[in-house]
Amino acid sequence: MVIVEINHQAQIIDKMTKEQVLNLYFLDARHKLIEVAAFLDRIERAAGKDDFRLKAFHAAVGKLNGTQKEKARRVLLAFSDPTKEPVAHAAGKGAVGAWPGRND
Amino acid sequence: MVSRVTDDYERMALAGCEAVCEPAFWAGFDRSSSAGFYDYYSQLTEHEPRRAAKFGLKHFCWVCINAKEAEDVKLAEEVVALIPKFLSRPNVLGIGEIGLNKNSRNELKVLEMQVDLAAWHNQLILVHTPHLEDKLKGTRLILDVLKNDKRIRPEHVIIDHVEEHTVGLVLDAGHWAGMTLYPETKCSPARAIDILETYGHERLWLNSACDWGVSDALAVPKTALEMKKRGHLAAAIDRVIFQNPKRFLGQCSKFKI
Repeated sequence: MVIVEINHQAQIIDKMTKEQVLNLYFLDARHKLIEVAAFLDRIERAAGKDDFRLKAFHAAVGKLNGTQKEKARRVLLAFSDPTKEPVAHAAGKGAVGAWPGRND
Repeated sequence: MVSRVTDDYERMALAGCEAVCEPAFWAGFDRSSSAGFYDYYSQLTEHEPRRAAKFGLKHFCWVCINAKEAEDVKLAEEVVALIPKFLSRPNVLGIGEIGLNKNSRNELKVLEMQVDLAAWHNQLILVHTPHLEDKLKGTRLILDVLKNDKRIRPEHVIIDHVEEHTVGLVLDAGHWAGMTLYPETKCSPARAIDILETYGHERLWLNSACDWGVSDALAVPKTALEMKKRGHLAAAIDRVIFQNPKRFLGQCSKFKI
């Protein structure tokens, strides 16, 4: 059940069943998973060296296995800069999607 | 919406949107002087309201210097000095979107400068959080700046572009949290609804990214449809996409719809 407060009154709405979630999102998720697999195949076929982004990607993919909850949050954390101090200067404006300093 | 064609105003009106709230942001290139910002604020406060009004849409905006142009502190100081003149314009809701981009010391300095400006003029604040790998750290740094300025009331601040790893931090600090719907980064409609179902509807809202990149002015109405497909009640959908923004923005007396 999902509790939603409307006009200061808590109302309960039916949460989707697993079957309903599968009906609504399975094909989309399947499509995205195959795109990820094809991306990894593409990287393997390509010449040259990879970099920290692929390492972070593999670390993030590892968060999908198992029974731990909050998988989306864990994947986002795997790509994030965990440090706390501001950097001395902004080197450019863009973000690349993964933190270069990760060692795991 | 300075980065959008007029058809987007028409499409939003046809989809049932009532108002547009446009933050001051990066132009896709760095402006060469503070005069460029003066012209931009004039565009936001004079031209865009007229363009939106042709389709019955009210246009509100925020003014600031964005984080992507905050590395040059001297320029930022000149720009910040221009802002008070625009705060009394009828469609200006507050200071925004201020924040961080690459989490640098200069960006932080300019953020603090603008938080001070907002406090001094008793303005609402709209905060941009950094992209991708920089978001978590940037969100923490921003929350520290806001917490350290005792004049800032948490409920007067909305922190935008939250995702699963930052939404809890923002809500726990007492601020509003915005979920920006964006096709390539930030939140998809499905993920935004997941966050709503997890964290509740109290201080969350949705917004459509309408910038220079691939983005969709109808992302909010499309998310409303997605909520309906997932069984959310009409009143709950109305609360998230209409009543919540109205509640936050209504803290500024100029916001009337």
